[in-house]
Amino acid sequence: MTRQGMNRRRFLGRVVPGAGALALAGCDALSESPQVRDLLGSAEGLTMRVQRFLLSADTLAREFAEADISPDFRANGTTNPADPDYRALAANGFADWRLKVGGLVERQSEFSLDDLRAMPARTQITRHDCVEGWSSIGKWTGVQLSRVLDHVGLKPEARYIVATCADELGRSLDGNNRYYESIDLFDAFHPQTILAYQMNDRVLPIAHGAPLRMRVERQLGYKMAKYIMQVDAVDSLAAIGRGNGGYWPDRGYDWYAGI
Amino acid sequence: MTDATLGEDPRRKRTLIRRHSGLVRIAHWINVLCILVLVMSGLQIFNAHPALYWGAKSTFDDPIVAMRAVRGPDKNPIGVTRVFGTTFDTTGVLGLSMTSDGTVAARGFPHWLTIPSYRDLATGRRWHFFFAWLFVINGIVYVVTSLLNGHVWRHLVPSRDQLRHMARTIFDHLCFRFDHGHDYNVLQKLSYLAMIFVVLPLAILAGLAMSPGIDAAFPWIVDGLGGRQSARTIHFVAATAIVLFVLIHVFMVLISGVFNNLRSMITGRYAIRTEENADD
Repeated sequence: MTRQGMNRRRFLGRVVPGAGALALAGCDALSESPQVRDLLGSAEGLTMRVQRFLLSADTLAREFAEADISPDFRANGTTNPADPDYRALAANGFADWRLKVGGLVERQSEFSLDDLRAMPARTQITRHDCVEGWSSIGKWTGVQLSRVLDHVGLKPEARYIVATCADELGRSLDGNNRYYESIDLFDAFHPQTILAYQMNDRVLPIAHGAPLRMRVERQLGYKMAKYIMQVDAVDSLAAIGRGNGGYWPDRGYDWYAGI
Repeated sequence: MTDATLGEDPRRKRTLIRRHSGLVRIAHWINVLCILVLVMSGLQIFNAHPALYWGAKSTFDDPIVAMRAVRGPDKNPIGVTRVFGTTFDTTGVLGLSMTSDGTVAARGFPHWLTIPSYRDLATGRRWHFFFAWLFVINGIVYVVTSLLNGHVWRHLVPSRDQLRHMARTIFDHLCFRFDHGHDYNVLQKLSYLAMIFVVLPLAILAGLAMSPGIDAAFPWIVDGLGGRQSARTIHFVAATAIVLFVLIHVFMVLISGVFNNLRSMITGRYAIRTEENADD
């Protein structure tokens, strides 16, 4: 080995890992830059526009057979809300729970679980895709969101439906960590978008969002809010939470979760 | 390093030819950037649930591959990787590794392989989907143009003669003897064709099959791949194949005249040895 070769090797031995570390640090710095985050986030709008072009209003997500149901459907996020009001409702089997439906609607209304059960039900066996990467298949029964919305009558300026939940992810004193999610009317009036009160033919368990959870089958799991207390029609998401339309969208995730 | 590998046969002269078109060169370097970001942000996404399954749904107790941190025999945490039911100790790399701030953390792939280096699924997804769009658009422009302008037929499909002498070419490669002719050799052609028309499209399709929106619009994609969790596994395997291709590709570039190779992919000019009286 020549002296020059030795030096070159030593040089490369220092420079290559050094350059790699620098590139990694560079990517982390870019990841935190608001301009870069916005640029990278611009893909969300493109993805949503293309998917909406490919999907018609009533294109259904695949429905599965009973035999496909997961015996080990994973419960994610909150699995047992700590909120004292929620605990009191749960202790009473949600007999006193009422779904408040308001915002830009003609008739603000409240629905008990029995009211919702008395409405026409839809049952669907669908695949739940978590943003983390796993999937579980479950059978959901509930009332179509469109029926509830037709019941209260949407005002013409309503553009989004926001579900506000009983659970907080992470502790906060000011309620800033309360879970919420929103969908637009394209998904709100989709036949498979239901407010589910039953899972796998039994009363919806607390781990999976009792008494009521949203099913939005053409999007990822984080859109499907659990422990729903209130549903509001709004014309803008800007004034809710941090303005991005959901608990996870407020924390960097895309609002449109079709991918 | 220069063109030493070209040999010093006095009857052959060194000629600069135009090797790569502008389209090939631009598409190549966009691909370099896209694949680097896609693989590293893909590993960030994988780390959110570092396990792979087969079928439509996850069978949490029976993954094909799973990486996790467990207590070792001496009560200290170790990283383990389970592959087809066999568990390996992969401490330090898979399942458990040192993070950039020096603490040990349970994570699938280590921080130096992911974008961002710290755990952040949301940002990993932003990088992944932005560069996925760039990669797909770049790929479509390249493939459509190359089919229309004859690049595929002229430069990528091997001739009958090349196929006949494939054994010889393999033998030459094993002996590290590289032919610097006008054309790609048969091994280059076949591996480029396999990447362009099989592996990369499969990676894209399998990626799309993980999208619940695409699954509703085109159920045949996810069904054809055996379900969403199979698609996720296929996406991972295709990405592994891409990484292996890149490693071999870069190795070949380095040992077969790195300056000449790099120049040809930047300026388009490539040095070949020709017979004294040849026209080139």
